[in-house]
Amino acid sequence: MRQLGRLVPALLVIALLLIVWQLYSTLGDVGSDLLPAPSRVASAGWADRSSLSDNLLPTVREVVLGFALSLSFAFALSILLDRSQAVRRALTPVLIGSQTLPIIVLAPLVVIWFGFGLTPKILLVALVTFFPLLVGLLEGYASTTRAAMTLMETMGAGWWKTWRLVRLPSALPSFFTGLRISVTYAVVAAIFAEYAGAELGLGIYMQSAKNSFRTDLVLAAVILCALLTLALYALTFALQRLLMPWYAQSRERPS
Amino acid sequence: MTQIELEGVSKSFKGREGELEVLDGISLRVQPGEFVSILGPSGCGKSTLFSLLTGIEAADSGTLLAGGEELAAGHQPFAWMPQDDVLFPWRTVLGNVALGAEVAGGLARRDARARALELLPTFGLEAFADSRPFQLSGGMRQRAALARTVAQGHDVLLLDEPFGALDALTRTDLQLWLEQIWERERWTVVLITHDVREAVLLSDRVYVLGPRPATVRLELEIPLPRPRTLETLADPQVAALEHELLAALDVGTART
Repeated sequence: MRQLGRLVPALLVIALLLIVWQLYSTLGDVGSDLLPAPSRVASAGWADRSSLSDNLLPTVREVVLGFALSLSFAFALSILLDRSQAVRRALTPVLIGSQTLPIIVLAPLVVIWFGFGLTPKILLVALVTFFPLLVGLLEGYASTTRAAMTLMETMGAGWWKTWRLVRLPSALPSFFTGLRISVTYAVVAAIFAEYAGAELGLGIYMQSAKNSFRTDLVLAAVILCALLTLALYALTFALQRLLMPWYAQSRERPS
Repeated sequence: MTQIELEGVSKSFKGREGELEVLDGISLRVQPGEFVSILGPSGCGKSTLFSLLTGIEAADSGTLLAGGEELAAGHQPFAWMPQDDVLFPWRTVLGNVALGAEVAGGLARRDARARALELLPTFGLEAFADSRPFQLSGGMRQRAALARTVAQGHDVLLLDEPFGALDALTRTDLQLWLEQIWERERWTVVLITHDVREAVLLSDRVYVLGPRPATVRLELEIPLPRPRTLETLADPQVAALEHELLAALDVGTART
């Protein structure tokens, strides 16, 4: 019940935004085809629900697989970079550089290289999401206290044992911060990749709706994307509770 | 056989402004089952001495023997207890204690937990096995940290200002508690401290180190009868001993 109570302010804001939007598009002098009212977006979306869900599933799949790739890559790389100063110095400029590639230019290129299938989408999602994960992990490792490292050293623990028993758990809070930043990029990246060429997916759905001037269906797909991102965001908290039960407990305690 | 024997140990560090001499010919001895304190002002090189004993740093000259054998890197008989408890929040109290047995003692996870479980009552923590460190008071956290140190199964406990971060009342409480436990367990302990009362209350012998470069200024037997309790603090000998230690440190000459 308390959990639901916490949602009330957010729901009120959303309701307010919908009301303003509804009033503006019905009473204002914009054409209802240019800015369809939320009620019309909802009814058009509902009427086209089977097509929407057919297009939602591929997008979800791309996001999930892209994330799986991104997570494995970020973890493997973080271990390498944490292990060796030299590797870190050598790779950091390239990694930062990879984040300056404009996705709007990259998306069509990746489609040209890898075709219309799943691969370019997964790659693009991974490219956009791995960096916050990696930075979160590295900053997290660095937050391990000196005393903790000395303790492990005096106990004769090797590098790997110290990483597994101390550095990785120390990194988890900051890793989840990175994860939350990256989930908000993930859906956008998948849409971009689909926009550049796909058979199914919310991106291609929006594109064809736009081409036939169905702004109501474009907006319906946009709202679906927002809901998907919200769901992923909520999932990170669930995951955090599962993996770090001590963290929430230690913060709930007033002290 | 002497448990620890240091003979003429010197150590200096190369800094930007040339050599910094930290330890200058330190010699000291610790017998098995003895409680020895090393007392010195802050920055006198106590921590450097610790790094040498735990094998993190190597001495420039002199010999360090443990149980008659040369201290070798990677093989050291000391279990270190840091000033900050360094209890890991992702482990329960039991898990934190077991870490000592698992990592330093080389026990399998299961055996390490069994060993930790045996130890908890000694430290008054049996009711808190499944608690998280943040649920414990400062004093209990230090007791858990000491349990983890003992769980390492090494011959010598190396306590590095273990009560330095506690408030004065909790500190005295824990000192008296440690005395009680030590009477029963008779670990070999090397305590590094700048708390004169702590050194007097707990030790068999105290080495006083001067400021950098540190030499041993005084070696003082503490002949107070054991077990020592709160009443010991009222013994006139205590004041005399504290005075002798403080005088050896030039405290009161207002040079600082």
